[in-house]
Amino acid sequence: MNKKVIRNLYMAPYAVWILIFVVAPILLLLYYSFFDIHGEFSLINYQRFFTPVYLKLTLSSFWYAALITLISLLISYPTAYFLSKTKHKQLWLLLIIVPSWVNLLLKAYAFIGIFGAYGAANNFLEWIGIGSRQLLFTDFSFVFVAVYIFVPFMILPIFNAINGLNPALIDASNDLGASKSTTFRRVILPLTFEGVKTGCQVVFIPALSLFMITRLIAGNRVITLGTAIEQHFLVTQDWGMGSTIAIFLILIMFVIIRLTGFRKRGA
Amino acid sequence: MQAKVSPAAKIFLMVVILILYAPIFYLVIYSFNSGGSMSGFEGFTLDWYRELLGDTRLLIIVLNTLVIALLSALFATIFGTLGAIWIYNLRRGKNTIIGLNNVLMVSPDVIIGASFLILFTIAGIRLGFYSVLLSHIAFSIPIVVLMVLPKLSEMNPTLIDAAKDLGATRWGVLTKVIIPYITPGIFAGFFMALTYSLDDFAVTFFVTGNGFSTLSIEIYSMARQGISLHINALSTLLFFFTLILVGIYYIISQRGGIRLGGLRR
Amino acid sequence: MKKVMTGFIAIVLVSILILVTINRLNLSQGYSGADTLTVFNWGEYIDMDLVSQFEDETGITVIYETFDSNEAMLTKIQQGGTTYDIAVPSEYMIEKMLEEDLLIPLEHEKLPNLDNIDGRFMDLPFDIGNQYSVPYFWGTVGILFNPELLPDKTFTSWDDLWDPDLENGILLIDGAREVIGMGLNSLGYSLNDTDREHLGEALEKLNQLTPNVKAIVGDENKLLMANNEAAVSLAWSGDARDIMWENEALTYVVPEEGSNLWFDNMVIPKTADNIEGAHAFINFMLDAEIAALNTEYVSYSTPNQAALPLLPAEMVEDERFYPSAELTERLEVYENLGREMLGLYNELFLQFKMHRN
Repeated sequence: MNKKVIRNLYMAPYAVWILIFVVAPILLLLYYSFFDIHGEFSLINYQRFFTPVYLKLTLSSFWYAALITLISLLISYPTAYFLSKTKHKQLWLLLIIVPSWVNLLLKAYAFIGIFGAYGAANNFLEWIGIGSRQLLFTDFSFVFVAVYIFVPFMILPIFNAINGLNPALIDASNDLGASKSTTFRRVILPLTFEGVKTGCQVVFIPALSLFMITRLIAGNRVITLGTAIEQHFLVTQDWGMGSTIAIFLILIMFVIIRLTGFRKRGA
Repeated sequence: MQAKVSPAAKIFLMVVILILYAPIFYLVIYSFNSGGSMSGFEGFTLDWYRELLGDTRLLIIVLNTLVIALLSALFATIFGTLGAIWIYNLRRGKNTIIGLNNVLMVSPDVIIGASFLILFTIAGIRLGFYSVLLSHIAFSIPIVVLMVLPKLSEMNPTLIDAAKDLGATRWGVLTKVIIPYITPGIFAGFFMALTYSLDDFAVTFFVTGNGFSTLSIEIYSMARQGISLHINALSTLLFFFTLILVGIYYIISQRGGIRLGGLRR
Repeated sequence: MKKVMTGFIAIVLVSILILVTINRLNLSQGYSGADTLTVFNWGEYIDMDLVSQFEDETGITVIYETFDSNEAMLTKIQQGGTTYDIAVPSEYMIEKMLEEDLLIPLEHEKLPNLDNIDGRFMDLPFDIGNQYSVPYFWGTVGILFNPELLPDKTFTSWDDLWDPDLENGILLIDGAREVIGMGLNSLGYSLNDTDREHLGEALEKLNQLTPNVKAIVGDENKLLMANNEAAVSLAWSGDARDIMWENEALTYVVPEEGSNLWFDNMVIPKTADNIEGAHAFINFMLDAEIAALNTEYVSYSTPNQAALPLLPAEMVEDERFYPSAELTERLEVYENLGREMLGLYNELFLQFKMHRN
């Protein structure tokens, strides 16, 4: 027994982290969610969540998060795939991560400039003959910037999966007469599925609660659950309702994890 | 895998990289603007860079930001990797633990910040360097776990069994088999943790105090008065400094055979 | 394993190096000294040269920390853990902080320069007798617009925003009190109205504004207006003043129906450690000459009457930012409406944001 405890000591920091920084805050949120704005015990917050306003919010959060994840995937997979074939792939990979280290608010301001009526994007549209149009504060610019933010998070796990492939498998597939596309579909894609799944999780989950850029880039035309929570915590100081929405977000996330569930060991 | 890269693929990569760098070029260009803001380029000036010289307060803030990012990413990587190995070895409740792991990723920063603040004040931890460091470690752990886990599940379990059969100790299995295999995941986790730390505003705001400040706090609280261009100049310098570091690191790693993400087998 | 260890050691070494450097720098700046004063203010909302002058005159080292919203500042002060000696909240936040007993009464005999403040801005409902707060800057909410882009439009009334020609042309502020208040004002109601029917009418009216609303933004509206991205914006006068330096075509007007009068005020929160130093700092900032210099730097409207003659005439004679007494009569200060009403305002604002025609 004692030996087993010592053997499992390595997971102690992680377990302590889960207890203090995850379980404790969840309990705190749960506790707050049962108090109304006057500080009295009630279930009103849960009732309020099921009113059209919040249901609509939830739906639109889902829709945008799904869209952002899909587009990120469509861009990231080929990027990661081509990257893994370049000569200096490590260097290129680093060069893709580096832009994400520049402050997000500054980059958002830069995007406001780029997408502006007289910005670079419109100049480009003008130049290729499409003509300038309203880009800022549209769904397009919102999704674009969100994808911009998340793409590096998606590329990394996919790149690692592709790069970890055993080249012998691909050679074998080719030797057995499979076409390039068949090899890709039947060999590469299934073997990199773990990486794709991770990429989707690290994009979809935070995308549900995106907030700052909903205001900066979408001009509050897109509102997510994150925006609503932020408002309740900071502006209204209605921590009860804020906590309730957060609890629902966490529940939704658990459902997603279950659905995309982890495969059995070694399967 | 060292197949030829088609021209179309090259163009695709170039476009992706170009877009990733576009807003940064924009910031760099405006750092030379003699007009006071990021609107309307009036003329070339180095004033904003000159303003940076001798601004010790800002230098301290930059260093604070860097040290918090490096240390928090380091600790998060260690704890997160161990956590991922633990999750991998779990027989039951895997999904529950992964769910708990992801809670901080789905929670808006404001909630994380506020609840950490409550935790720290209950625990009587003085707000400042350590509270910020702890929080950054805390919110970076999940991304590390998520980056390491897929590498672990890709690993062939017979590898471990084989090592054990050959008489390797648990420590030997960990350091000689598991860690080398998941190294790309560990590095990916580290870099993503670095990103989280450098980008964070809301959590840091709540848990900082007693004069400790980071670059994000400085930039966000400037928004009301308009972001001054010397922040652009500063970001430009930091950005090119990072690029140079990346270059140096790459040259060293090429010579010394240390590879970043790529475990070529 | 080797490369993981190498990376590990390299990071530890670099971190130690940085920590040592920070320590050195902190020592050279005197931040570790005993006599310090922590000021909690909005970013870029003070002339740092004046802070240095204060440090030289008193020997106190000032630690300057910043926040980005009143509410965020409140949360920090509520929780404690940091010694903030001075904070600069807006007026509605002072009422809230008083309710929660977070402020320390000011000792007026230590603030002889308080006499410099214009009587109009003293003794206001949010702090009768200025027992807890001293005005720092003040302003209004109004319409910022670009006559060059809208040559045949004039803005004198809130109703002018409902002009169908302005389709997709207006920027609003991301603040429930400001936007709902605009709706209330345009209907002739008070900004502090708590009648649910009136609020419903205001929402109805605002929903009709939706086609004209380009975006609901925060501080970015300055960048957007400076870039001619929109021709009209709801704006705080302080921001308006800033953007008008940037883009000289713009002008600002306070609608005739009335609007909001706001204040940012210096207070000493309960978290204070150096109460003596905090009074010295407030008194220093109230000095006519210092206030004038600070006003030139920040460019918001100063409540310091003694500072006005020291400022450029075109600045203080500008009625857009120093409105006549007659207009000031029609301005209202936000009252603390209580949590429930504030909740309702926010809920209505959320509905307005989600409204689509």
